Amino acid sequence: MMVYLTRRYRFSAGHRLHTEALSPEENLRVYGKCNNPNGHGHNYLLEVTVAGAINAATGMVFDLVKLDGIVAGRVLDKLDHKNLNLDMENFRAKVPTTENLCLEIYDLLRHPLEEAGGEGGLQLNRIRLEETSLNSFECVAEGAGAGKGKG
Amino acid sequence: MIYVTRRAEFSASHYYHNPNFTPEENQRVFGKCSNPLGHGHNYVVDVTVSGAIDPVTGMVMDLKELKILLEREVIQLMDHKFLNKEVPAFAEKNPTTENIAVEIWNLLAPKLAHGELHRIRVYENPDLFADYYGE
Repeated sequence: MMVYLTRRYRFSAGHRLHTEALSPEENLRVYGKCNNPNGHGHNYLLEVTVAGAINAATGMVFDLVKLDGIVAGRVLDKLDHKNLNLDMENFRAKVPTTENLCLEIYDLLRHPLEEAGGEGGLQLNRIRLEETSLNSFECVAEGAGAGKGKG
Repeated sequence: MIYVTRRAEFSASHYYHNPNFTPEENQRVFGKCSNPLGHGHNYVVDVTVSGAIDPVTGMVMDLKELKILLEREVIQLMDHKFLNKEVPAFAEKNPTTENIAVEIWNLLAPKLAHGELHRIRVYENPDLFADYYGE
């Protein structure tokens, strides 16, 4: 029996969508106003979904205090009030689109969460990231059951 | 296949406790949620039913039927109650958001006359929710 537990977090960060692989004109055409050389920022809303069995002794899938600690240490402290292009090593050569940011957060959290889950077999099931209230992006663990990662 | 979701709300109190733990363990594992006097939340339940669209009605199921079922089986049982003390399923099991989602599934699944129960989502608050798909 699997239960999927989701917790929401917020962080604010700046970025610019631009790639050296394209000409200035092409960058402007592809990324539009997001290509502004001075950058711009968003209030991101992050949803972290972990999946596992309910621990019979506690009634919980995972300790929320541990979850908060891992997300704060691995993600929020690194991203909040930062310039994603300049402060994040992985975005020096990769465009910090919300798609890429979603994958980056998945990679930052997967091992720490699955290790902390211990013998219970906790899975990082889904990362969902809202760049604005109108745009959201999701990254679902490979092998997650059909429909199980969907909001 | 279409997925239809109906939302309902209830307000209830609860606390977390394991009688096999020492007081110190209960405090360590459950933190402020272990206060035996309880505390409360405004819960939101999303019930998602899947099915084909009936060509005559254009509907997967009559949502009024789902609303009445949810009201009778879940809301009347849990709304304005102390979950640990007043809901039998939680007499010996912590009313965590996870366990509440599973319990609501168990209450609704046998009673649903049309469509397939797909998902129960329970929000303890807007920033925390649990999903259960029945397996």
